[in-house]
Amino acid sequence: MLFRSVLEMVGDTPLVELVGFSPNPAVHIYAKLEGQNPTGSVKDRIAKFMIDAAEREGRLHPGQTILEPTSGNTGIALALIGSLRGYPVKVVIPDAVTAERVEILRAFGAEVIFSPGPLGTNGSVAMAREVAAAHPDWFMPFQYENIENPRAHYETTAPEIIADLPEIDVFVAGLGTGGTLTGVGRRLKEYNPAIKVVSAAPHPGDLVQGLRSLEEGYIPPVLDESVLDGRIVVDSRTSFRLTKELTTRAGIFAGISSGAAVRAAQVAAGRMESGHIVCLLADGGWKYLSSGLWTQDYDVIEEDVNTKFWW
Amino acid sequence: MAVQVHVTSVIQKAVDGQRQVAADGNTVGEVIANLESRYPGFRATVMDDSGQLHRFVNIYLNDEDIRYLQGSDTALSDGDQVSILPALAGG
Repeated sequence: MLFRSVLEMVGDTPLVELVGFSPNPAVHIYAKLEGQNPTGSVKDRIAKFMIDAAEREGRLHPGQTILEPTSGNTGIALALIGSLRGYPVKVVIPDAVTAERVEILRAFGAEVIFSPGPLGTNGSVAMAREVAAAHPDWFMPFQYENIENPRAHYETTAPEIIADLPEIDVFVAGLGTGGTLTGVGRRLKEYNPAIKVVSAAPHPGDLVQGLRSLEEGYIPPVLDESVLDGRIVVDSRTSFRLTKELTTRAGIFAGISSGAAVRAAQVAAGRMESGHIVCLLADGGWKYLSSGLWTQDYDVIEEDVNTKFWW
Repeated sequence: MAVQVHVTSVIQKAVDGQRQVAADGNTVGEVIANLESRYPGFRATVMDDSGQLHRFVNIYLNDEDIRYLQGSDTALSDGDQVSILPALAGG
């Protein structure tokens, strides 16, 4: 395979069966490995779509600064594109994320602006809006509202799944911006209205104590909840356990939200008589090594786990 | 039915700061009414006057969002775990 740019390598990720993970032998679970994208996450797809569209429509000009709130992956993907195309990139990220995310952002030349950890990504969104208001000359793709986010999945992720596994019955992904679930879900339901779409949601545990009211909660406008057929909440302990099992039993080195997605796929499998489930693993495990999850017992790292954001 | 209700974040304040409270009810709606009788104002933190869940609140029976079950009418069994959690974004 010859490519003229790493940006041509975005997408076309592998789909691999997770043998032995389904509680029901008549249900097969497959994992779509988004960690195989150039910066190691599914977000390369949306960053490329958002920037390409902005350039095409004249909303982004050479040398213009890009600003984005992110829990990490979208910022890293934008930083890569910015470094290749000459846009300075600034990201607003909760200060309660793993050090690897900050290091990779800086490696690709991004400037990191920290928002208060206890407010989570909701706090990053609020702060980025303030920064954007003070710098109207900067361009904010804003993944939470940008239709190119679900469109990237409608145009690329879903067709790849249909081509690889035409008999798919259920699609499972973690809920972040909702772009993956919305874009993939819409396309899959056009293809076969019987296909179910299930989201895995993170259990906040003791995090987000900083929210003063529920009105500080945030549901991204790109999330079309009518596409969802179910939502499964997964606690950190279960997410960590399954992320570890992905590595030890399937040889897949994936991030924490992937463990949650696999858990939700197992719940869905337990309710089916037979069929095929595709579960999207949003990123690779590299950015989570400092959690110690692969080398230490959960009980040992639990306190640290509960002070950080994992997706 | 006796169930455990787990709450987090701002919802904890409605139950005197506890993370977990025991409650009774045959449905999720009855559990909320039961908590309202013991913690006046609790109901308003999770739903509006017409019984519609606030948009930023998700209630899970064990691990499943009740919006995709039978909502407030979702039936409970003894020992069920009900979690009331704020909506969170990632990305």
